[in-house]
Amino acid sequence: MDTATTIRKTIRFRGRSFLALVLAPEAPLAAWLTEFDVLRERSPSFFVNRPLVLDVGALDLDREALQTLVADLYARKVRVLGIEGAKASALGFGLPPGLSGGRVVDDIPAPEDETPAVGGAAAAPAGPPPQVPVPAVAPALYIEAPVRSGQSVMYPEGDVTIVGSVASGAEIVAGGSIHVYGALRGRAMAGCTGNPKARIFAQKFEAELVAIDGLYQIADELNPELRGRPVQIRLEDDTIYMSALD
Amino acid sequence: MAKVLVVTSGKGGVGKTTTTAALGAALAQSGQSVVVVDFDVGLRNLDLVMGAERRVVYDFINVVQGDAKLNQALIKDKRVDMLHLLAASQTRDKDALTEEGVARVIDELRQRFDWVICDSPAGIERGATLAMRHADVAVVVTNPEVSSVRDSDRIIGLLDAKTIRAERGERMEKCLLLTRYDAARAERGEMLKVADVLDILSIPLIGIIPESTAVLNASNLGSPVTISNPQSAAAQAYLQAAQRLMGIDIPVTVPAERRSFFQGLFGRRVA
Repeated sequence: MDTATTIRKTIRFRGRSFLALVLAPEAPLAAWLTEFDVLRERSPSFFVNRPLVLDVGALDLDREALQTLVADLYARKVRVLGIEGAKASALGFGLPPGLSGGRVVDDIPAPEDETPAVGGAAAAPAGPPPQVPVPAVAPALYIEAPVRSGQSVMYPEGDVTIVGSVASGAEIVAGGSIHVYGALRGRAMAGCTGNPKARIFAQKFEAELVAIDGLYQIADELNPELRGRPVQIRLEDDTIYMSALD
Repeated sequence: MAKVLVVTSGKGGVGKTTTTAALGAALAQSGQSVVVVDFDVGLRNLDLVMGAERRVVYDFINVVQGDAKLNQALIKDKRVDMLHLLAASQTRDKDALTEEGVARVIDELRQRFDWVICDSPAGIERGATLAMRHADVAVVVTNPEVSSVRDSDRIIGLLDAKTIRAERGERMEKCLLLTRYDAARAERGEMLKVADVLDILSIPLIGIIPESTAVLNASNLGSPVTISNPQSAAAQAYLQAAQRLMGIDIPVTVPAERRSFFQGLFGRRVA
């Protein structure tokens, strides 16, 4: 005799990979939040509409403390889409789901009947997330036109080379290095997937903001002597170094 | 086959309507058949600048919605034979323009004229994207000031993304028209210099229109400056821009500066 499950239409589950910023608070939390407010004040639009993942692996939070932290961030208009590195007991309803791993690409088969429908998400995070294997040679992205104001180029896979200018109000986000053979007037964020070795090169440096591996500097902090010159930007021991190339 | 040209800009008040009228008249004066179409539904300026506000019976919206035939809505200019106007409606809003309706009317205009010039509303919303959608050539109108240049840069990005040509993978022809240029003020550093604007936007320049009372007078008289005062510097600049659009190669000179703008162009940097 046929069971109901064979007649029922199958529900398909698909994998999608998204790139999200990861915010990793450090203890003591009160001091970290004050520091975070300073950061937000300097670049107020940075976190607007930018969902991010909260990495609490460095903290030992119970459910109540985690709830307070999420509420504190929410009050600062930061939307948390998932929590990484939290204890399973700390998560649950009322909090963003736990995340681990990061990459699921293929279609996922529908879960078997035995699998419990709820609780799977809460059970997932355990220990530090596994390292995502990075291919030895990532293909570079070449853009042979000016990047206009209001446009955003996202390429977490590797290097981005722009033969042309990046206008003020445009944004380049790359997993690897960023090369601009023209004027860099907009924002450039290199090494966005956690690559401190990434660099930014610009033929004519007039950037609004540069970032490498999440550390960033805005135009006002930049050395005015470098303005308009060919410049290289790199990261060493969590400090951004800029040098002229001419 | 006709060329559809859109006159566009990000910022308002830079002289799109004046430019549409002047370029349209200049092209018609050189013997091409031209229709200028006002896409700024709800505001209706082009008919004023063309001096035809009392002759509008049916407008663009009526044709788009099929209430009137194209023939009934086309207004023939009294001064220049080859120049026609399709006015916008003041009583309707821009939602009255439908994508299919606009496509149909533009197609019909393509069959009948050498040039279809669309006067786009300012901004990046529906009206502006509808106006640019069918264009083959875009004239980006910019003032030598930072906000105007920034917004034009945004519009150029949209021209490369949201037009039918771009969607087909073809190249959209774009050119820059710098209006209200005051050489003396640019020299004093109160305005962006031509070279700075070109450096930021990096599209070919087809003309620099000097700041001139002739342009304002022409608008108030309801007559494109190339008709009302063809000897003025502004009219000459528009006539030359029209010739460049027709493919005639004449060098662009910066008003009141004898040297070409490619020399000695190190000016202020743009923030």
